[in-house]
Amino acid sequence: MRDGLAPPGLAGVAPRPVAQYRPRGDTIRRLARSRSALAGGLLFALIALIVLLAPALSPYSPIKANQRMPLEPPSAAHLMGTDRFGRDIFTRVLWGGRLSLSVGAVAVGIAAFFGVPFGLIAGYYGRRVDAVIMRAVDLLLAFPSILLALAIIATLGSSLVNLMIAVGVAGIPDYVRITRGAVLTLREREFVLSARVVGCRDDAIIFRHILPNILAPVTVLATLGVASAIITGSALSFLGLGIRPPAPEWGNMLADGREFLEAAWWVAFFPGLAIMLAVLSINLLGDGLRDVLDPRLRL
Amino acid sequence: MLGYIAHRVVQLAPVVVGISVLTFLMLHLVPGDPVLLFAGDKPLTEERAAQIRHQLGLDRPLWVQYEEYAGRALRGDLGRGLRSQRPVIDTVLEAFPSTAQLTLSALALAVLIGVTLGILAALAHGTWLDTVAMGFAVLGVSMPVFYSSLLMIFLFSFRLGWFPATGQGGLSRLVLPATALALVSSAVLARLVRSGMLEVLRQEYIVTARAKGLAGRSVVLRHALTNALIPTITMLGLQLGGLLGGAVITETIFSRPGIGRLAVDAILSRDFPLVQGTVLLAAVAYVLVNLFVDIAYAAVDPRIRYG
Repeated sequence: MRDGLAPPGLAGVAPRPVAQYRPRGDTIRRLARSRSALAGGLLFALIALIVLLAPALSPYSPIKANQRMPLEPPSAAHLMGTDRFGRDIFTRVLWGGRLSLSVGAVAVGIAAFFGVPFGLIAGYYGRRVDAVIMRAVDLLLAFPSILLALAIIATLGSSLVNLMIAVGVAGIPDYVRITRGAVLTLREREFVLSARVVGCRDDAIIFRHILPNILAPVTVLATLGVASAIITGSALSFLGLGIRPPAPEWGNMLADGREFLEAAWWVAFFPGLAIMLAVLSINLLGDGLRDVLDPRLRL
Repeated sequence: MLGYIAHRVVQLAPVVVGISVLTFLMLHLVPGDPVLLFAGDKPLTEERAAQIRHQLGLDRPLWVQYEEYAGRALRGDLGRGLRSQRPVIDTVLEAFPSTAQLTLSALALAVLIGVTLGILAALAHGTWLDTVAMGFAVLGVSMPVFYSSLLMIFLFSFRLGWFPATGQGGLSRLVLPATALALVSSAVLARLVRSGMLEVLRQEYIVTARAKGLAGRSVVLRHALTNALIPTITMLGLQLGGLLGGAVITETIFSRPGIGRLAVDAILSRDFPLVQGTVLLAAVAYVLVNLFVDIAYAAVDPRIRYG
């Protein structure tokens, strides 16, 4: 077992100086200088925009069947072909993105909302509080994350909300560990000690002085976390344990296409491509953010 | 070293107890009456519900129930599957070899591809080879295993006919699922080995080795690689967790009778004892594998043992 003292990649690394304060504009400018981060950011913005505008952009209904043209190959009328019920795959990919991307975003929100405070408390108070929190984290880490998500789904049943909860809870340990590690390097620094000397209360020190200084690693983790949450969420839907058809979601569309892989490749190909492009764009952006904000963070 | 191993084993005990508590509690966290899970299709009368409740011990205090659950689990009794009526432990143990074969061959493949690419990229730092290798890595990390599996089946089974698409048995049925599963891990490892190598190659002892006139290959393989691989070994434990998770998906897609597919089928058919047993044993196996990785880590890096 990992002992929970430090995130794996950081195990042998000496406490590092915290990144210097930089005005926000500087971060964005430096991010834009990295070609891959820029490409990732633009691609993601484009995907998000298209998905948001799905109702306006989609030529057909995402749910209504059209029995006269099942499994049509891609054509001018149906850019990505049609599925077994004659539904336009392009339309369903647009609508499916709304569900897949929101699962990713909400799950990361859940993970950070619970993970960051526990990491702050564990790192700041240390000793017994830290020991208790980190043993709980060790316990969650004893389950590979998809197994943990599966167990939660098995317990709560499969639905959109439960899917978000399952993927989110499975992500909590990472946020606790990264936050705690960052707090540990700050706790004995002069600005924290002086805040304590002048009589600041603990909550003020934690939220006003420490939290703003650990936002860099948390931002990087959250960005890359959206990518992996999209994958886990659509994987569970692919397995039939997440969002159920007929609601369009990239994972369950892919599962649908699996049956027709030999005869109608387009049914599986395009939803899968959508997942891959979304995840790729977020990963590129996240890598770029890490290089700018916190180069020593190994995520 | 023995002291270190003993220390880690002792640390393990509370985690294993915790895992058993969590899997035990799963049943009690199910929304609604857990009796419904065991009632099957027959109509549930009040009497029958009470009877089932009594049989399962649900009418006793929680900690008594846990004591019994843990006691039985220690004796290897995880109950019977609701559908098959077979002991859960037999069903799960039967599925283990298939999953072990798949994940271990995927791990070997991931190490082979990842370490090779990582070294090449580091040595060719800043050239097109570096760009191509890292491009592969970022694509690999972004490729969901269910998509790469389907693409590989489409290409190598349906179009080219090189490998069978599904099933278990023989090397030819292992190649596709193992490769699909290895893809993500090999990408993660390639990035890690590359950055580790780049860091090590800057160290003074490498400069010294070069200055002494050692051949380039010997410097890279003997001096740099051994040190660059240390963080990679910790990563292996984490990657095995990822592979185990990925096996849930690859086993389902390639119809392999392993633990992952067992878990998914059990959840889909609402076979609760089987779900609990699979989750419990998979988590314990994962913890043991991580213990093994930690020991291997301590063996190659003495600083861990005494740290």
